[in-house]
Amino acid sequence: MSKRKIIATTSLAGCFGCHMSFLDIDERILDLIQLVEFNKSPIDDIKKFSKHCDIGLIEGGVCNSDNVEVLKEFRKHCDILVSFGECAIMGGLPALRNNIPIQECIEEAYLYGPSVEEANEKGILPNDIEIPMLLDKVYPCHEVVKIDYFLPGCPPRADLIWDILYALITGEEVELPYEVIKYD
Amino acid sequence: MKNTIELTINGEKTEAMQGEYIVDAARRQGIYIPTLCNLPGIKPAGSCRICTVFVNDRLMTSCTTPVGRGMEIVTESKELDDFRNSVVELLLVEGNHLCPSCEKGGNCELQAMGYRLKVMAPRFPYQFPDREIDANNPKLIKDHNRCILCKRCIRTIFDEEGHHIFAFRYRGHDLQIIIDPTYGKNMTDEQAQKAMDNCPVGALLYRGIGFSTPIGKRKYDKKPIGSEIENKRRKEVLS
Repeated sequence: MSKRKIIATTSLAGCFGCHMSFLDIDERILDLIQLVEFNKSPIDDIKKFSKHCDIGLIEGGVCNSDNVEVLKEFRKHCDILVSFGECAIMGGLPALRNNIPIQECIEEAYLYGPSVEEANEKGILPNDIEIPMLLDKVYPCHEVVKIDYFLPGCPPRADLIWDILYALITGEEVELPYEVIKYD
Repeated sequence: MKNTIELTINGEKTEAMQGEYIVDAARRQGIYIPTLCNLPGIKPAGSCRICTVFVNDRLMTSCTTPVGRGMEIVTESKELDDFRNSVVELLLVEGNHLCPSCEKGGNCELQAMGYRLKVMAPRFPYQFPDREIDANNPKLIKDHNRCILCKRCIRTIFDEEGHHIFAFRYRGHDLQIIIDPTYGKNMTDEQAQKAMDNCPVGALLYRGIGFSTPIGKRKYDKKPIGSEIENKRRKEVLS
């Protein structure tokens, strides 16, 4: 068999639901580890790229400066980038804040939201250079870097992830069944 | 028959009734032309353009064009597919279509069209327009984020005396549907439910119930939109 493909995955402004759905490929994961090795990914807990990867899976949209950095690093280290999940494709539920000024969002979260007032008596707003800066909006990944493939769904169905991954790894063409393309 | 005329659909000679629209003639032949704003039996609006077909090599909306003698109609081609995809993609970026949090998910025709046409992601930039949700009506919630301005509610919902309950206001980018404050307040449950059912997206939601059908059992979870029309043709071909 030819060299195993190398996969990297990450979750930006996402809920890790897409990664959960990835694990939902069940026993096919045994086939997968014959075909690929994982590099930077929460699946094997490798924090930094140690080699160039073939495929990068991106979950979640881009909501802060750290997301931008990670996404650009993925573009640099991966030949093929795949947006998986609604958040990566269109911002998803975090994008609900896109029409609310960022100041208002932060004040609601740290000063005026239910249960916050008592917990944050001094009215402190997080402001530290260690904390990534929030962006004005939540951006779809393909508006920040070039993305090659898109897998819709919240989360994308496990069968869709498997079909596409298998096609990308083996280079075989894939005919997607109707049931796997869903937006919710 | 006297009132029939001959025409060609996708290279096949066929007959249609004088005065009917192309989309209806094709449907009777078991050929599904994608539609969003069109509702069978209601005067067409031709606002979504997704039903566009080639008529004698020209692009025409099949829901507003009556059949004519000798027409050569093409309903399927690569170019039309791309054109239809772009219509769905434009509608998706033009509003805020957050499918994961929408009560209409699985029963939404815009979504179903995306599934049928295999739209994986829009090629256009998302607009994220700033639109409001109006919960003033006692029976309906109106979410402008999802409205595709198909006019179905305007064209189909009337009170007992024939007054329109829905209407358009403003122009251009600001165009939106409104519910008449007086007639809307007296809307019956049936009218409100009908408004929600007729809405192709989740812009009109009947109050008090949501997410009642589990994922997997909703209208477009297993069967593509239009498959009931195409299955009819398949059965006829087999028999």
